[in-house]
Amino acid sequence: MAAVQGGLVDAVEKKDIKTEPSEDSGGNNNANDGRLLSPPPGSSASAPGGNKPPAGAPEDQQTLLAVLQFLRKNNLAESVEILRREAGLPEDALDLKAGDSAGAGSGGAGGTVDLEGEDASSLLSRVTVSSSAAAQAPTKVTPSEDQPDVNVVLSAYSQQGDPALYGVYYSGLKRFIESVLDCHRAELSQVFYPLFVHMYLELVYNNHENEAKVFFEKFSGDQECYYEDDLRVLSSLTKKEHMRGNETLLDFRTSKFVLRISRDSYQLLKRHLQERQNNQIWNIIQEHLYIDIFDGMPRSKSQIDAMSGSLAGEAKREANKAKVYYGLLKEPEIELPLDDEDEEAENEEGKPKKKKPKKDSMGSKSKKQDPNAPSQTRIPLPELKDSDKLDKIMYMKEATKRIRLGPDNLPSICFYSFLNAYQGLTAVDFTDDSSLIAGGFADSTVRVWSVTPKKLRKVKSAADLNLIDKESDDVLERIMDEKTASESKILYGHSGPVYGISFSPDRNYLLTCSEDGTIRLWSLQTFTCLVGYKGHNYPVWDTQFSPHGYYFISGGHDRVARLWATDHYQPLRMFSGHLADITSTRFHPNSNYVVTGSSDRTIRLWDVLTGNCVRIFTGHKGPIHALAFSPNGKFLASGATDGRVLLWDIGHGLMIGELKGHTDTIYSLKFSRDGEILASGSMDNTVRLWDATKAFDDLETDDFTAATGHIHLQDNSQELLLGTYMSKSTPVIHLHFTRRNLLLAAGAYNP
Amino acid sequence: MAEERRPKQCTVVLPTESMKAMAESIGVGQLQEESCVALSEEVSYRIKEIAQDALKFMHHGKRRKLTTNDIDNALKLKNVEPLYGFQSQEFIPFRFASGGGRELHFYEEKEVDLSDIINTPLPRVPLDVSLKAHWLSIEGVQPSIPENPPPAPKEQQKVESTEPLKVVKPGQEEDGTVQGKGQGATAADGKGKEKGLIRLKPRSTHELSVEQQLYYKEITEACVGSCEAKRAEALQSIATDPGLYQMLPRFSTFISEGVRVNVVQNNLALLIYLMRMVKALMDNPTLYLEKYLHELIPAVVTCIVSKQLCLRPDVDNHWALRDFAARLMAQSCKTFSTTTNNIQSRITKTFTKSWLDEKTQWTTRYGCIAGLAELGADVIKTLILPRLTVEGARIKAVMEGPVVSNIDKIGADHVQSLLLPSPPATKYIVMATSAGPASTQQVP
Repeated sequence: MAAVQGGLVDAVEKKDIKTEPSEDSGGNNNANDGRLLSPPPGSSASAPGGNKPPAGAPEDQQTLLAVLQFLRKNNLAESVEILRREAGLPEDALDLKAGDSAGAGSGGAGGTVDLEGEDASSLLSRVTVSSSAAAQAPTKVTPSEDQPDVNVVLSAYSQQGDPALYGVYYSGLKRFIESVLDCHRAELSQVFYPLFVHMYLELVYNNHENEAKVFFEKFSGDQECYYEDDLRVLSSLTKKEHMRGNETLLDFRTSKFVLRISRDSYQLLKRHLQERQNNQIWNIIQEHLYIDIFDGMPRSKSQIDAMSGSLAGEAKREANKAKVYYGLLKEPEIELPLDDEDEEAENEEGKPKKKKPKKDSMGSKSKKQDPNAPSQTRIPLPELKDSDKLDKIMYMKEATKRIRLGPDNLPSICFYSFLNAYQGLTAVDFTDDSSLIAGGFADSTVRVWSVTPKKLRKVKSAADLNLIDKESDDVLERIMDEKTASESKILYGHSGPVYGISFSPDRNYLLTCSEDGTIRLWSLQTFTCLVGYKGHNYPVWDTQFSPHGYYFISGGHDRVARLWATDHYQPLRMFSGHLADITSTRFHPNSNYVVTGSSDRTIRLWDVLTGNCVRIFTGHKGPIHALAFSPNGKFLASGATDGRVLLWDIGHGLMIGELKGHTDTIYSLKFSRDGEILASGSMDNTVRLWDATKAFDDLETDDFTAATGHIHLQDNSQELLLGTYMSKSTPVIHLHFTRRNLLLAAGAYNP
Repeated sequence: MAEERRPKQCTVVLPTESMKAMAESIGVGQLQEESCVALSEEVSYRIKEIAQDALKFMHHGKRRKLTTNDIDNALKLKNVEPLYGFQSQEFIPFRFASGGGRELHFYEEKEVDLSDIINTPLPRVPLDVSLKAHWLSIEGVQPSIPENPPPAPKEQQKVESTEPLKVVKPGQEEDGTVQGKGQGATAADGKGKEKGLIRLKPRSTHELSVEQQLYYKEITEACVGSCEAKRAEALQSIATDPGLYQMLPRFSTFISEGVRVNVVQNNLALLIYLMRMVKALMDNPTLYLEKYLHELIPAVVTCIVSKQLCLRPDVDNHWALRDFAARLMAQSCKTFSTTTNNIQSRITKTFTKSWLDEKTQWTTRYGCIAGLAELGADVIKTLILPRLTVEGARIKAVMEGPVVSNIDKIGADHVQSLLLPSPPATKYIVMATSAGPASTQQVP
């Protein structure tokens, strides 16, 4: 076991160095790369969609050259050499093209653009880009030296046309798109938003403050309403100096906005721009947009709206192609000893109780392996302790008494209200067996309550422990200090609001994360802090234990999700790729994957073994605050500030449902134990129950939808909604199904 | 292309005067106008940035209100020292001052005398966080307990009563009257309907659960029973419990029938009890009474103007009941009168008509005047004052006239005391006598 873990850690070590969080752009690969001398984005292994051919696109070439130039200026000859060799550039590439990065980019484009598969566009790009470069070469200003990282990032904006013409260009395109056939209009309209943003930024970057203002006022009203938040950020930004250090902008620049457009629509757009010689817009499309062209019918407006809304456009299709082992791990086989108290009687199988069942040797057991399940040893998991086995037995016993839920058999809901919390309750968690409840508060305390008659007791002090008889049968009972028994305990240690909280599956530990940038592990035996995990330098928004214990995941403002093991003070994995804060994190039931939701309005699924991002889901229109896997591991539900719940098929990487009804941020989602019911709790003081079985059954996945990911969602939220339960001015911030399918909800009463 | 136009993005910039004021406060005297402009733009941008970051903390704090702590945390995020001394749970009471052509908003910091603090007793320790569990739903049905909000909020009750015909989409039942799937039948036949829009009258649930029936029985018995303590409790329950919506039709019938029977039987005590029930119902903030006014108002009016309310009119104090009912009437006029139902004007007309009638008994006369008097100063001015002289003469006639029944005398006496003693009324009398003819002309 230990050896395997060591290996895992070692494998990660290299990664750690590379993605070390940096002060201002923590976690943003591309921004890091410019400075940390690691391979450029195209070939960076942990970059989203890292399977791009290295140095394929002209922009990559250009970035590479910029990096090379920078390295060379700083006399880092060795690095220059290594980088060039790795990128496969000829010896003289830099000398030839030095001095004019944009020109170099376009020159490189001519040779390599074919690799992109957009052969049709290559000709055009060669013509237009080089002509524009030639035309504007004299006006180009070399950016000042004092801010290399921003310059690398923003340098592309230095090319400019006549600022007064931007509005004309934009409205020209607008007129064109409004005049095309209906079926293409919706698709081409997607271009508006990224174009608008980039044109605005170009104006601002080149100090055309007034033109930028006019441009913004004229066209910001045309953008889709779900971009409002970003537009607000944009509107406050009116000077070049503001662009420095504004993360949102760096992201917009460094990551290409991804659009999916059908081939026909794309040809239409291209032809138009070609005819009009509209180089300005074409440049932007070439440099800042990634157009994912597909063959087939153009999509409808509703289809596009369902998928768009994220900070960087939709996910590329190939980003969701990797295989995901979403099946469940085989449960270790533990024979259920018959309960001698209540069901003594006949079929006793001959054995007296507590006969230890045979060890759970891997594989080879009667139940056949789920083809979609990862192999049992893919991720080294901790071995079951005796107490875990007892708990499993308890679990199975409870499971037999479980109520089968369905549309005609709704769960009862027990609501735990936190009184006198003074608006300070920030996080809640229940143990799996529903015996303990923990709350994190804004005053940095953590409180644990016992909701069963069994009180919370501490272990005796070391001196007292020496006195007890260690051989006695009830030693576990004797080590507890009866004097400390109470219904609740307070844990002090954090120095900022506690935003995330999670019990370990064995109920021995509690994990909390806080604004102070630490994650703390608490013992529920001694009620003291055991470890403070430092790594996130910024607030940590969420953390969760793996369903098998030992590992945990955290994510926060620094945009990097980290995977930890309780006995390592450094993270085992760092998952970087999100463009904004990671707002929620969850483990897949098989512990092989983690999912993170972010303020960039995307959801990413990460492979714990490789550290790769294997799924990117776009479609939410606000930061994602709630995530839940279905118990069978096949589906994911996510809830955001926009009040919508979206359902995802993990295997196919598709959105399969949208549940509308909540009017405010959804803070918690939970599937019932058998997965028939999805419960959602929201800031709008309601708990809603949805028919999950129906939502997943109604799914029609023909080959086309599976291949293209263009699903047509039916608007059936009303049919799927099974119940709405108002609480009395108590936002619902946590939901939990007990083992018998009773729904527990928690929130703070705000009179 | 967005369908709806958004409100203009805010491009507010701090005024340059603020920059000047701030510069002066740290000892920089002459600040160039240009630097002020540059500064204010920069500062505005930074403030917006901080506000946007602070929002994140609000969201993660699961709050709807931005607090000073969120701002502090946002500043910390930017490696800026947070602002100390602005800790406040609710809001910071900024004060406004102007002078010398300057306008300022400032945070008042009072000088505190330490000895005051030492000498005042310690404030009570705030209550500690505690955990309380209740049932939000039992097998899909939300129980009507004080911990839960009223099953049908007032707006919804209103919608139901004012729009009896509404379009019901299949599958929407849960959103309407019935929450959850408890009433299996309702949901089932709703689902059974063919798809499409069906116009149907929303079902008002007529059957009460066993608990509700028990409750109804207990409450009504206690309300009209002999034990005063029980009655107080029952009335309290009617006035505060959120889940009475479904029983409202029964309560209303109970009251109107009760008044009808007891007026005939001249049972004063019971009439008083019933009026107290009306009051309790009106006090309950979760009930939408409009639907039942047609039953309640006649009952109340009866208790105001009925000729006889008790067995021995000369001894019993039925005047108090009339006063009480008149107040109830005025209250319902105030809360329920709208331009469509015209309650106030209709009631006023009724009162005036019977008052003006020569043959009206003194008891009814008293009720009418009491009812009108409660309706407010305007009514008193336009309707009662002009009649004062006439009424005075009539009272005089009864009091000093030769043939007088005892009952009439008492009645006249009460009317007189009603008109006379209240200070505003005496004022009006003075006005009426001085400007008598002019105001009589205002009588409709």
